[in-house]
Amino acid sequence: MNPLAIIGRAFLEFLAVVGRLVEFAANGVRHCFTPPFYIRQTAKQFLDIGYYSLPVVGLTTLFTGMVLALQSHTGFSRFDAETAIPTVVVLSITRELGPVMAGLMVAGRIGASIAAELGTMRVTEQIDALTTLSTNPFKYLIAPRLIAGTLMLPLLVLVGDVVGVFGGFLVSVYELNFNAANYVSQTWQYLERSDVTSGLWKAAAFGFVITLMGCYHGFNSKGGAQGVGKATTNAVVSASILILFANYMLTGLFFAGK
Amino acid sequence: MTDVPKIELRGVTKSFDDKHVLRGMDLKVARGESVVIIGGSGTGKSVTLKCILGLLRPDDGAIKIDGQDTTRLRGAQLDAHQAKFGMLFQGGALFDSLPVWRNVAFKVAQQPGVSRKEAKRIAVDVLASVGLSPDVGDIHPAELSGGMQKRVALARAIAAKPEIIFFDEPTTGLDPIMADVINELIVKCVREVGATAISITHDMASARKIADRIAMLYEGRIIWQGSKKEIDNSGNPYVDQFIHGRAEGPIKMQVRKL
Repeated sequence: MNPLAIIGRAFLEFLAVVGRLVEFAANGVRHCFTPPFYIRQTAKQFLDIGYYSLPVVGLTTLFTGMVLALQSHTGFSRFDAETAIPTVVVLSITRELGPVMAGLMVAGRIGASIAAELGTMRVTEQIDALTTLSTNPFKYLIAPRLIAGTLMLPLLVLVGDVVGVFGGFLVSVYELNFNAANYVSQTWQYLERSDVTSGLWKAAAFGFVITLMGCYHGFNSKGGAQGVGKATTNAVVSASILILFANYMLTGLFFAGK
Repeated sequence: MTDVPKIELRGVTKSFDDKHVLRGMDLKVARGESVVIIGGSGTGKSVTLKCILGLLRPDDGAIKIDGQDTTRLRGAQLDAHQAKFGMLFQGGALFDSLPVWRNVAFKVAQQPGVSRKEAKRIAVDVLASVGLSPDVGDIHPAELSGGMQKRVALARAIAAKPEIIFFDEPTTGLDPIMADVINELIVKCVREVGATAISITHDMASARKIADRIAMLYEGRIIWQGSKKEIDNSGNPYVDQFIHGRAEGPIKMQVRKL
């Protein structure tokens, strides 16, 4: 077979998938802004995605902040720059590690559960049943999840930022013998508002990507238990990759905008 | 007006990739009539129902409800079209996150001006009409037996008094006695609501009980139709083989994929 044909076919297949995904996303977003709104469903998703993800996000960012302080101490002590540790910790957490770590953890937690739930609803015909009960599945199932994901992730990351900086503080004060008051004042010294807000914008984008991937793969799953399993895997993997990709693109964008 | 069939399919075709499921299906169902479509697995029975519902779009042909073609509907018109239907799904397709009464009142509760109390009262009434006590309303579908789930699903399908009701293999997976209970409930409910009904089944006892007219689907076409009295003298070898359940005959089962 012609190798060019294989490349061409794979490329066309890729474009078809991108097209379907964009159409799905556009449909989902459109239904977020057109009534009827399912307040109950949306509130439930706020609770699931936001509140119940707090422990996971808190623990992840706590340890990230702690290890960040230790590692940067190892490096900076070689040229007597230990005083930069608070700044390094707070900038790394707010600009980069807070949103990315939270995003990846929530992708595992929420992306998987959305894909499994919608996938099961698809194969047991519950999604078709919604239609026969005069309920648009996009409005009832997908819009609440997209809204909750996009709005809750920034809040989670904000909490994660605080916890992460606190992790760095703990290690620096109790392990590396920093003065607590000095550490706090140095944390604030070079921090700008844009460091935090750029991280929160990223978080909103990640939240949208996570819920979109969960919904897309779950909604389009087929073929029983195996299909649901595949949808779950695909949702988590594609969300994680898209998070890392979007992270670079957004960082580039903020970098250029400075 | 009485001459216009409630449901009319003309030359409907539907393929999935290179699999031709419906190959020119014609069927007329009069207002208030109960038609049962029989046929083996994979002959396109479910696809037919999904095409009429607008869940699938046929490749070619016309599907008319009250004389109006429905195959090109979109948006609000499609919603209005789908609002005319109720459907009993094969596996029940009950929403497992909601208690039974909210399943039953799902469509009713969304109509404007229906309070929670009112919706629950309606649900209890409808549950009573399928022989279930009010306390069943408060438990979750997963805790019910198969026969009870079918009854709840039936209650949900009729609760909003649809003009047209579809039954997808209503007796599959039930013991013969429970199957007969469901058949009798179907006959009673369809009569009470005054709906037009299409059922698909391969259970001949069920077909004889709920049908005014029986149509046999084979290889994507209706190959025979007539009243249920005529079915034993159809003179059609395909129908004879099917209703007597013989392995030998003109219908060849593909036991092994070649």
